[in-house]
Amino acid sequence: MMYVLIVFLPLLAALIAGLFGRAIGDRGSQLITCTAVIISALLSWVALYQIAFQQTTEVVELLTWIDSGDFDVNWMLRIDSLTAVMLVVVNTVSSVVHVYSIGYMAHDPHKPRFMSYLSLFTFAMLMLVTSDNFVQLYFGWEGVGLASYLLIGFWFKKPTANAAAIKAFVVNRVGDFGFALGIMAIYLVFDSVSFDDVFAAASSQVGQTFEFLGYQVDILTTICLLLFIGAMGKSAQIGLHTWLPDAMEGPTPVSALIHAATMVTAGVFMVARCSPIFEYSPDALMVVTVVGASTAFFAATVGLVQNDIKRVIAYSTCSQLGYMFFAIGVGAYPVAIFHLFTHAFFKALLFLGAGSVIHAVSDEQDMRKMGGLWRHIKITYAMMWIGSLALAGVPFFAGYYSKDAIIESAFASGSPFGMYAFWMGVAAAVLTAFYSWRLLFMTFHGEPRASKEVMSHIHESGNVMLIPLYVLAAGAIFAGMGFYGPMVGHGYEAFWGEALFFIPENHIMHDFHDVPGWVIATPLIATALGILVAFNMYIRRTDIPVQLAKTHSALYQFLLNKWYFDELYDFILVRPAKAIGRFLWNFGDGKVIDGLGPDGIAGRVLVLARRASQMQSGYVYHYAFAMLLGVAAFVSYFFFAGGH
Amino acid sequence: MLDWPILSTVTFLPLIGVVLILLTSGKEESAARNARWVALWTTLFTFVISLFIWINFDNNTAAFQFVEKSSWLGNNINYHMGVDGISMLFIILTTFLMPLCILASWEAINVRVREYMIAFLVMETLMIGVFCALDMVLFYLFFEAGLIPMFLIIGIWGGGRRVYASFKFFLYTLIGSVLMLVAMITMYFIAGTTDIPTLIGFNFDPHLQLWLWLAFFASFAVKVPMWPVHTWLPDAHVQAPTAGSVILAGVLLKMGGYGFLRFSIPMFPEGSEYFTPLVFALSVIAIIYTSLVALVQKDMKKLIAYSSVAHMGFITIGIFTFTQQGLEGGILQMISHGIVSGALFLCVGVVYDRLHTREISRYGGLVNRMPRYALIFLIFTMATIGLPGTSGFVGEFLILVGAYQVNTTVAFFATIGVILGAAYSLWLYRRVVFGELVKDDLKNIMDVGRREILIFTPLVLVAFWIGIYPEPFLDVMHASVINLMDQHETAMQASKSILNAAK
Repeated sequence: MMYVLIVFLPLLAALIAGLFGRAIGDRGSQLITCTAVIISALLSWVALYQIAFQQTTEVVELLTWIDSGDFDVNWMLRIDSLTAVMLVVVNTVSSVVHVYSIGYMAHDPHKPRFMSYLSLFTFAMLMLVTSDNFVQLYFGWEGVGLASYLLIGFWFKKPTANAAAIKAFVVNRVGDFGFALGIMAIYLVFDSVSFDDVFAAASSQVGQTFEFLGYQVDILTTICLLLFIGAMGKSAQIGLHTWLPDAMEGPTPVSALIHAATMVTAGVFMVARCSPIFEYSPDALMVVTVVGASTAFFAATVGLVQNDIKRVIAYSTCSQLGYMFFAIGVGAYPVAIFHLFTHAFFKALLFLGAGSVIHAVSDEQDMRKMGGLWRHIKITYAMMWIGSLALAGVPFFAGYYSKDAIIESAFASGSPFGMYAFWMGVAAAVLTAFYSWRLLFMTFHGEPRASKEVMSHIHESGNVMLIPLYVLAAGAIFAGMGFYGPMVGHGYEAFWGEALFFIPENHIMHDFHDVPGWVIATPLIATALGILVAFNMYIRRTDIPVQLAKTHSALYQFLLNKWYFDELYDFILVRPAKAIGRFLWNFGDGKVIDGLGPDGIAGRVLVLARRASQMQSGYVYHYAFAMLLGVAAFVSYFFFAGGH
Repeated sequence: MLDWPILSTVTFLPLIGVVLILLTSGKEESAARNARWVALWTTLFTFVISLFIWINFDNNTAAFQFVEKSSWLGNNINYHMGVDGISMLFIILTTFLMPLCILASWEAINVRVREYMIAFLVMETLMIGVFCALDMVLFYLFFEAGLIPMFLIIGIWGGGRRVYASFKFFLYTLIGSVLMLVAMITMYFIAGTTDIPTLIGFNFDPHLQLWLWLAFFASFAVKVPMWPVHTWLPDAHVQAPTAGSVILAGVLLKMGGYGFLRFSIPMFPEGSEYFTPLVFALSVIAIIYTSLVALVQKDMKKLIAYSSVAHMGFITIGIFTFTQQGLEGGILQMISHGIVSGALFLCVGVVYDRLHTREISRYGGLVNRMPRYALIFLIFTMATIGLPGTSGFVGEFLILVGAYQVNTTVAFFATIGVILGAAYSLWLYRRVVFGELVKDDLKNIMDVGRREILIFTPLVLVAFWIGIYPEPFLDVMHASVINLMDQHETAMQASKSILNAAK
């Protein structure tokens, strides 16, 4: 019952606020949605205690969904350790964001709608993490996509917001394309889509092949790669990442909840959930490692030069998701989920902090028009420091435990791809520290670059926005040290139970504790280096960035334009699709099919028809006549033939 | 089982409404009002009665139920009616959509209201007849005669280019139905009966099957419509009045799919097997081709019409996989598409009634004035995209699951259509509903009224019902679909053993 409440309270609140928002008013909708999600959050912590620390698994069956032959899917909730951790992450961040939104959206005319969408998102995300089979996972997967679409496009008057919303949905659909094919392949091979059946049978398919698009391919590797395409879309990995920075068009609480803490981590969750399949496919894991490591580095480079405060954090999210993926790629699933857990707190903190900044400077997001703010909004300033320290992995903050564990696992894996990931991770760590402090320095230090008018309005946010920040700050400080032991320490097996799977040859969870000293020191040195360079460039010698941009203008443009991914896709996909569409319509349908078919014949017949008859719209009668003639012929035939 | 002929009752009940309308006389205005009310009550009553078919339907048998049989023309042509798990839901779909169509025409149709309502009621009888008929002659009569009211509806109450549209429709269907008629006569000549259940059990010569299959295919493919005989559909939709489009998309297109299930597959198993690659190829082309074309449409109705062709492409794939998931997905998707595309045409109708244009660029920012409309349109946009939880998902996904088992390449390309579907649907929604409201003639546009909410509410409920709990629908199909698969399997086994014996 408790688990049903955790999942369905947000849905109930979303429906009430969405359908009766006008009747219960702004305050009523805020109250209902916040209460529902806070209750869910509290119950989630209870669930974490019951499931993960008492080592049980709960399954709640709700309703039959699709039942067609062997294809039998039920609506079910499955709560094991992995789900419990996700429940805590999702509901905690969601309730904090709900409360924060009361303050942040105070001047918006559509408050009930916003709260309703947030709760709807929470519900979909909960369905995703509690699913017991691949199809329900897909339901949650698409459901969060819908909520994300609605929330990115929340300010529907902005053309950029609308474009970003569609882009997010369609790019995700490209990922879902792989995911859906993966589910179909799973059903073909295992005759079931429920996790228990599939995971139990996975080991029997090792080394088997099947036919896919005319090729004989390895079953498990193909399934894993198809699923991973879905994960890449949702978690914005290189190639399918283009929607995430644009998604920053949505209100900032949305960015914190969906595009930092929860939805974008769904891909990581999914691959971790499928560890019983991925473990048997070293090739697929290799791809995951390389994609993750490349994304970690790529996104960090782009983050270096962005000027929009939210986009910097968005690329940072992209990069951190890359870390999580290469942790999975080397087989360290608990480490990846641990980082997912800590990252949710400090990244949501950074976004909400950024929201507080944006709020203070009259909705300005360009850091070039900020500067010198720290005197005016000291609490926000302190919160951003905490978030950045945690993100950069400075000792004893949350990111220090999880991120360093990832980098150490990559090294401990010993494979060439692990080493690639290790060095990419270290390089990205330098960049992370650099762009985080660049953000701090550009926003809070130096001369104020905002107009006098804006500067005179600067004010610290109210408590309704600050208290959520405190909660997240507590997470950003303590989540690492508090959960390191149970999640990735030596007690990890008891904590995760059956939820995460390791083949017997996988010793990474022991090995990463025993790496050489220099490996442990490297990320710390990298962080320190990044901070020092940022300090040098944005506090001591502010002329350096300008000089660099001039002397290396090609590189600067390349980074500023995000490696030209958007332009490339527009050129090879979007425009051709429209051009082909127009060609098929005008030439295919118009000239060829209609021209040779109906219009061509019509031309002849029309001439005849005009001569034969003066009736104006006589075609109906022609038709009826032809038909009757046919029936008459048919029937008379029976009368003649029927006698025999 | 009931002891009264429920199928005939449901089929001919609308004709009683026709008689009543003919009996009413009086001033133009009051006659029109009476005609509307009579039509509404008749269709509602028919719907309620038709539910008894579902309630009394036995899910456990594949045999035809509620069978009525009496001799009709000569010794060999009988009046033979009956339903099974494949046809039953189509009857419910038809009777369900009709009252909504009448309501949708309530204010939009002002000229010749009596004739309009009569045309709709006659069409209802003919459509239900198609799904009940168990005799080929009876089927052919209903199947072909159903087009006449549709022609009249497009031709009299249609838009500017209505003559061109109905002419195009005429050419396509004529060729198809002539070929089907020839095939039917041939079948009678060989089998000596026009009784459908008997013909299903009759083994036609494998070579002849190919020709018969093609002749039926010509008729059904036009109806579905499949690429490349689809070009009549966008024109017909654009010119038809709103309720005409709903019936066209909701029921008439389904007759093609139903025809495959009732004739092509059970009667010509070898023809079906032989031509499956052709069907797959045409369907996959249809999905990708028409999705790309839909992307660049400027007319709302044309866009939805092209998307219908793409969706019907999924359905033909599902049917010809001969797997349980594919077949059941195909039938369910036909029901769902009837609901969803019907609702989308009604959505277009709502704004067309207000502004009298279907040009996408004339709209924009409607959400500012019409929040309820925006929500309704959003729900059906998501359903057409196939978002899980809505009716569009279940059928589509089952079809793809079925297709993947048979041919991964087909599943692969069909799934690309899912991406394109999201692109054109969301882009349409964005251009119509989102954005700043700047156009002057939109500044006073009214949100959906009580009558319109009454129309959409049942559609929304059913769309979610099928999406969340499709069991009641799937349960109806299981026995008949399994039976159809078994027949196909047995036929293929038999022909294999004949081939082996010949060697």
